[in-house]
Amino acid sequence: MRPTPTTRTSPRATAVCNAAAAAALLTAFAAGAQQAQEEPFWAKGRPKTDTAMKMAPVPAFPIPTEAAKLPVAKMKLPPGFKVEVWASGILDARGMRQGDKGTVFVSSLFVAGKIYAITDKGGSREVKTIAEKLMLPNGIEFHKGSLYVATPKAITRYDNVEASLDKLPDPVTVYDKLPGDIPHGWKFIKIGPDGKLYFPVGAPCNICEPDDRYSKIFRMNLDGSGVEVVAHGMRNTVGFDFHPKTGNLWFTDNQRDWLSEDLPEDELNHVSQPGKQHFGFPYCHSGDFADPELGWGKSCKDYTKPAVKLGAHSAPLGMRFYTGKMFPARYQGAIFIARHGPWNRTQKYAADVVVAFPDGKGGVSRVEPFLTGLVENNQYLGRPADVLVLKDGSLLVSDDHNGAIYRVSYGK
Amino acid sequence: MRHHAAATLLIAAAAAAVSAAATTDYAQRYAAVCAACHGEAGRSAQPATPHLGGQPSFYVITQLFLFREGRRNDHPASAAMSAVAKGMSDADLRGFSDFVATLPPPGPPATPRDDVRFERGRQLAAKHHCTGCHGADLAGGHQVPRVASQREDYLLIALQGFRSGQRLGYTNAMGEALAGLGPQDIADLAHHLAHARPGGR
Repeated sequence: MRPTPTTRTSPRATAVCNAAAAAALLTAFAAGAQQAQEEPFWAKGRPKTDTAMKMAPVPAFPIPTEAAKLPVAKMKLPPGFKVEVWASGILDARGMRQGDKGTVFVSSLFVAGKIYAITDKGGSREVKTIAEKLMLPNGIEFHKGSLYVATPKAITRYDNVEASLDKLPDPVTVYDKLPGDIPHGWKFIKIGPDGKLYFPVGAPCNICEPDDRYSKIFRMNLDGSGVEVVAHGMRNTVGFDFHPKTGNLWFTDNQRDWLSEDLPEDELNHVSQPGKQHFGFPYCHSGDFADPELGWGKSCKDYTKPAVKLGAHSAPLGMRFYTGKMFPARYQGAIFIARHGPWNRTQKYAADVVVAFPDGKGGVSRVEPFLTGLVENNQYLGRPADVLVLKDGSLLVSDDHNGAIYRVSYGK
Repeated sequence: MRHHAAATLLIAAAAAAVSAAATTDYAQRYAAVCAACHGEAGRSAQPATPHLGGQPSFYVITQLFLFREGRRNDHPASAAMSAVAKGMSDADLRGFSDFVATLPPPGPPATPRDDVRFERGRQLAAKHHCTGCHGADLAGGHQVPRVASQREDYLLIALQGFRSGQRLGYTNAMGEALAGLGPQDIADLAHHLAHARPGGR
C-alpha cells in the first residue's frame, strides 16, 4: 500500500480557529481581569534574575547509560574500598529494598514509573520490570514476603512477591487516604522496629503554610489503621531509617528553595519523642534562622534542631544505618546518606554518598565524604538516590541519572 | 476524519519502515520514516502534525521515549506514533533525536496573524511564565521544546492535552503552568506561539 501525503488544510482545524477567533472578540475585555497566574510549585520564590530563571529541575535522560560508560572510574572512596557496577539498564533507579530470598527491588519516579526486581544469577544480575505505568512509585518496602508500594495517592501491597516476579498478584490496598498532591507527594516508606509502616506527606509547595494533612511523618498499623503523627514540621523527606539500638527514627529533609545559593542547609533529623517534636518547616530553617516571610513572630528555639546540617540544597535522599559485617568497625551504626545534588544552585556539588557518625548522645559528631567524584565541569556524571546495605555487608548505591546501581565493598 | 485516516496509513508505513531499515544513517532513516508527515526538512504540511525543525535533541528523545512506552495518549496519532517508536532501539532513539536537532527551525506560518488574538496570547504567555522554561525566544533547550513558530493546530492539541491532564508530559511542569486557563485562553496562546518570531526572524 502506498499512502498519499496530503497538504490540504484540515477543515476541522479551520473551524476550530474561526470559532476561537469569534469567541476571542467577545472575551477580549475579560482578559485583563484574569488573575495573575501562579508559577509552577518549584519556581515559587525564584528571583527574577537571568541566572535563577534558567534553573529548573533537571530530569534524567530517558535511556539508561550503558554499563561500559558508567562513571565508576571517576568515583573516589576511602582507602580499602572499591566500587563496581552491580546492575545497569535500570531507567530512573531510585529506592532499593532487599527481599528475604535476596531479590533487590528498585523503585523509580517521574521518568520510568516502574518497579524493578533484580535477581543475582551468580556473578551477573537479571533485571525485570515487575510493575509499570505507576504514578511516581518512589516509596517501596519489603516486609514478611510482601512488597509495599507508595504513590502520592495510595499505599498498596503485593503478597508473596519473590515467588511472583513474572506476574505480580493484584495489589492489596493498604491505605488510600493520602492527599495525592504531586509536589513532594512522592514517598519514602519503611516499616519500623515497632512493626508500623512509616510514611511522609510532604509540603505541597516550595514554601507555604499547608493544612494539617501535610508536612508530617506518620505511622500506622499494617492494615492501615491507627494513623498517628510521628514528626511535625517536615518539608520533604525522601529517606529515613531506625537507629539499630534505640529504634528511634532519623530522617533526611530537603529544605526550601530560592532563599539563597547558600541557605538554607538540608537536614538530618533525629526523632527522640515521636509525635511531640516540630522540626521547623515552614517557620524555621536548618534550626537556625526564621523564614524571611513566614518566620516573622516565630523563634527557632521553639523547634527541634537538626542532628546535623548537610549542605545548602544538597538534596539528601535515601539513608541507612550501617549494620553489616564487611566495613571497618568504625562504620558500625554510622549513617550512609545519598545526596542527589542541587538543581536550584548555580554551582553544582554533592551528588555523592556521605557518612554521618552519631555521637551516642542523640546528635552527630561529624560527617565525612564517602563516595565522591560525580561532579565535573559543573555537571553531574551521576546522582545517588538511595543506599542499601546488602546481606553480605556491601553497600549498593542507586543512580537515577544513569539508571544504574553500584556496589561498594571493602577488602578482598 | 479523512486526514486522520490518511495520517494513520502513513504512520503504519513508517512503522514498517523503521523495523525494516537497519542503517545507522539517520538522515536516510528520517527521510524514510518521518519525512512524509513531518516534512523533509522538519517543516510539516500535515494537519495536527508538529514541525520537528529546531527541536532540541533531549526534547525529541523524551517524546520518542514516551511514545515507545505508550505514555503519550493525547493526540489522534498517538497510537500510531507509539507503533513507530516501539520498533526503535535505544540507539535509534538517540540517532533520530540527534538528527532531528540538526533540522532548521520552521519559518513563519502560512496563515495570517490575528493581531488581537496574538496580543492576548502574548499577555497570557507573560502571565504564565512561558519564557521561564522555553526561553525569551521561545526556542526551548534541553528537555524543553521550541514552541515559537510551531503549527497552531498542533500547539492547540498539545496545550489542551496538558490542560486536561490527557498529556502527562515528561515532567509535570506543563500541568502546573497551565492551571487556570480556559479554552479561549489556550486557543489564543496557541495562536501567539505559532506566530511568535522573536528577534524578527
